[in-house]
Amino acid sequence: MTVGLVIVSHSARLAEGVAELAGQMAQGLVSIASAGGAPDGSLGTSFEKVLAALRQVTGPDGALILLDLGSAVMATEMAVEAFAADHDYPVVISAAPLVEGAVLAAVEASVGSSLQEVAEAAEHGSELPKLHKEDS
Amino acid sequence: MPITTEDTLRWLKQYAQVLHEQRDYLTQLDSAIGDADHGFNMDRGFKAVSEKLAGMAGMDIGSILKTVGTTLVSTVGGASGPLYGTAFLRAGVATSGKQELYAADVVNLLTVFVEGIKARGKAQTGEKTMLDALVPALEAAKMAEAKKLDLAQLLRLSSAAAEEGVKQTIPMLATKGRASYLGERSIGHQDPGATSSWLLLKTLADTGEGVFS
Repeated sequence: MTVGLVIVSHSARLAEGVAELAGQMAQGLVSIASAGGAPDGSLGTSFEKVLAALRQVTGPDGALILLDLGSAVMATEMAVEAFAADHDYPVVISAAPLVEGAVLAAVEASVGSSLQEVAEAAEHGSELPKLHKEDS
Repeated sequence: MPITTEDTLRWLKQYAQVLHEQRDYLTQLDSAIGDADHGFNMDRGFKAVSEKLAGMAGMDIGSILKTVGTTLVSTVGGASGPLYGTAFLRAGVATSGKQELYAADVVNLLTVFVEGIKARGKAQTGEKTMLDALVPALEAAKMAEAKKLDLAQLLRLSSAAAEEGVKQTIPMLATKGRASYLGERSIGHQDPGATSSWLLLKTLADTGEGVFS
């Protein structure tokens, strides 16, 4: 069992795409679930989708949740509270940028790291350079 | 007369109607500074609530409000779902088992309602949110209760304070929610969340006109 990942986005397609990208890096070793879109599938977030995703991927090693925008935090926190009501497994909500954070977390989780290590790896996503500055 | 379980159901049914009528207005407010979904989200959430009202007959007020909270959380995909959902759930806990609400109960309900939104949104007044309508409404209700005004007057004053609070959001700079991404451009627009909060209290006051005392 490894740390599971939950990808929360206002867009179902964005969440699925990020889960796909992170899954490629994890090479099938990490449980990754997406929770994208409002309850009816339109843009938004869904407490029930996040809770279902948590239940799907979270084992004794816990889960890390990554988000696209700050307004996803509230539905996610409610889902974490509901999950904690009947599970003892640790869950952390990451402030990392979604794509970089998910990829780094997937790699870290795939080698069997702890939830804290996976969460710290994701946080480094904000420092990943996309463009290499030319030497001057 | 206090607020009864029947009054509570009438209030929620009427609020669903008001939101349906004001859906485009709320969405228009939200399109200026947000993601243009507030009217749609509130209408959908309270349409789901109103469909459950028949099944709520015979429940105590706390159970009714808790059902409203869980319904909003599960049907509303915007920020208003968790915010109003948390507020109604806490209001339901505070009124658990009650068949009637008197002035002190209403002040207590508003207090936990406001605390729920503050806790869930990690927000304070002055940030161009629903709290800018609800906190003045709570203060007005407390003052009315201290003066021993009757329930209809308390609700009328509380609603008027919320309406004034809505107007106060126009010059505010948004620092919470989607509107905060707009920075300075959020100034000059009325907050849609504050508006729906005022309408909630206005509808309660209207429900009680000539009934509550």
